[in-house]
Amino acid sequence: MSFHDVLFVVPSSPLFSVVIWLVLLVAALYLARPAAHRAIRALSLVLHSACRLAAHSAMQAEQKLRQRNSEVLLAAGREAAERVVEREFERIDAAVRRDLAEYPALQRELSEAVNRIEQDYQDSSEVPPEPPAWAKVVESVAKIAPKEPIIVEVLEDIHQSMVRGQRDAVAQYRVDNNKRHRILHSMMPLWRKVARVVGDMDGRVTRLLERSTSIDRHMEHYEEVVRGSNRAERMLSSSSLTQFFIAGFVLAIAVGGAAINFHLIARPMQEMVGGSSYIMGYKVANIAALVIILVEATLGLFLMESLRITRLFPVIGALDDRMRVKMIWATFVMLLLLASIEAGLAFMREKLSQDDAALLASLMSNHATVTSAATASVVASSQWITTAAQMGMGFILPFVLTFVAIPLESFVHSSRTVLGLLGQAVLRTLAFLMRLLGNISRYGGAMLIRLYDLLIFLPLWVEERMKMRKDNALPVASDAATEGRS
Amino acid sequence: MKRRLWLWLPLLTLLLTGCGDNVSHTRGVYLLLDTSGTYTQELDKAQHIINFVLAKLNPGDSFAVARINTASFTEKDIVAAITFDGQPSKANLQKRMFRDKIDRFVKGVKPSGYTDITGGLLQAIEFLNEQGAGRKTILIFSDLQEDLAKGYIRKRIPLKLKGFDVVALNVTKLHSDNVDPLKYMGRLAYWKKRVEAGGGHWRVVNDLERLDTLLQN
Repeated sequence: MSFHDVLFVVPSSPLFSVVIWLVLLVAALYLARPAAHRAIRALSLVLHSACRLAAHSAMQAEQKLRQRNSEVLLAAGREAAERVVEREFERIDAAVRRDLAEYPALQRELSEAVNRIEQDYQDSSEVPPEPPAWAKVVESVAKIAPKEPIIVEVLEDIHQSMVRGQRDAVAQYRVDNNKRHRILHSMMPLWRKVARVVGDMDGRVTRLLERSTSIDRHMEHYEEVVRGSNRAERMLSSSSLTQFFIAGFVLAIAVGGAAINFHLIARPMQEMVGGSSYIMGYKVANIAALVIILVEATLGLFLMESLRITRLFPVIGALDDRMRVKMIWATFVMLLLLASIEAGLAFMREKLSQDDAALLASLMSNHATVTSAATASVVASSQWITTAAQMGMGFILPFVLTFVAIPLESFVHSSRTVLGLLGQAVLRTLAFLMRLLGNISRYGGAMLIRLYDLLIFLPLWVEERMKMRKDNALPVASDAATEGRS
Repeated sequence: MKRRLWLWLPLLTLLLTGCGDNVSHTRGVYLLLDTSGTYTQELDKAQHIINFVLAKLNPGDSFAVARINTASFTEKDIVAAITFDGQPSKANLQKRMFRDKIDRFVKGVKPSGYTDITGGLLQAIEFLNEQGAGRKTILIFSDLQEDLAKGYIRKRIPLKLKGFDVVALNVTKLHSDNVDPLKYMGRLAYWKKRVEAGGGHWRVVNDLERLDTLLQN
């Protein structure tokens, strides 16, 4: 008995078979209605509860992640703020050492200048001319014997002496005055010097004050970060995102530079390691070129770490200064050597290209690509430009790659925040989807029950009619019974 | 600590040796030159093809040029064969020497009495399999009219061409083909069937100005 035979109960009339099957199906569904309803309700409830539980778990995980992100962000912000404040203090320390170390010298210079000015001032003080003390004596003598010729002669002599003395005194006075003027004149540079020294001191003090204001600002930011305020968190998050995109952009540029560098040295590398050997499907020459570039980037990273520009490896930053300086020189020398090697490889690349071109020209010389001698000479004359450019690029690019360490550090630090934010977003979306799915299953169950009833609407309608008739018959019977009793 | 190191050492060795690539990435090209009758006049075109192939091959690749003779299943008919050095500069030098050798051959070639294409193909298969090239190409520069000397058995020999790319080049039309083009088509169909029956991939390139597709696989 095949499925076809079972399906077509009445083989002569498929429609009748379908009707029979439909009636049977509806009857079965009607009979199974309470159990089916319970099953649908239970299933929707299970799905709803499971989804709600999953959504709750996702939200809890999201909250934990947010808290963790916040902690990491604030810790990173605190570290960055500490770094800035530390740097500001180092600057102010340097400024104080530089400016105030000269303060005793400036003070000495100033006091010397003041002493000299004081001395000059004293030297330039005007000595009053001697009062003519014996003029009164002469007057008294003249009164005693005004007509005596001896007295007259004496007085004449005295007068002449006095006139002479007066003339000398005037001359001396003029000389002294002149001297004083000269002293006063020589005091001018001293005044200017004093003014300059005072101005200098003022400038230095102003600069220190500005620095202290800057430190105050950074300290405020630091305190805010330490307090873990929402504002600080928002600022740090936004700063992190900006850093991530900027660093990513710079890294993309660096990758472009590394790709150019790779093409510069990959072909000549075949001369060193052979062009026909492969490791895991990749040419050994290409791998060698890539390794050289990665080694250069690593050396650049170490150089930046040793210079304390980046802080990816705390061990290097914590080395004592002598060792650090040694490391700086070692990495720099190695970079220089690698850059020189790259320049040599770039030169070899050009030579290989020329050889290839010559071979190709000789192979195709019987046909269309015959290069005229004039064109060849023009190409050869300008060949040195490409050779020099390639060598220059080969030498410079390793040093340029050194600076990749700076955006790399920013990228690494900011990617932690960005990944955290992405994780939060994913968890939130997951929670939303779970909640949505839970609600869909809940209301979907109710809808399924309605659809189930819709399929068996005919027996349900009959049942309802019967129930109504029964309900109507019951009051009539009770009324009749009441009437009979009465 | 030392014991641990001894435990790790074999693993490390295994890892490092496992990194080596067993898959061959090189290409092997075997060119069969028909030197029978009037076809020797076409050899300047063959030179052009050889130069093109030389320009396209990379360090580490193999190239052989052999003539189709009365009995071609022999190494004696190989005019020149080489596996290029890994260093590009040396490979270029080898290419120049190879070209010079071919030039000398073309200048002094004498027409052969018969055309044993099957023998040449068998020799090519053997040579390329020995070379262990990753991509194997056999170029047949011929009118594909096989003409065997009496006593030579070639008909029922299967050609094991799995992984081979067989390209028929410059398949010229004979006078009889002009009379009955079905002969020409039948010849092409015969070789296509034989190559594909052996698991190879068959192509025909008659336009020698469009050789770019020659080594595309």
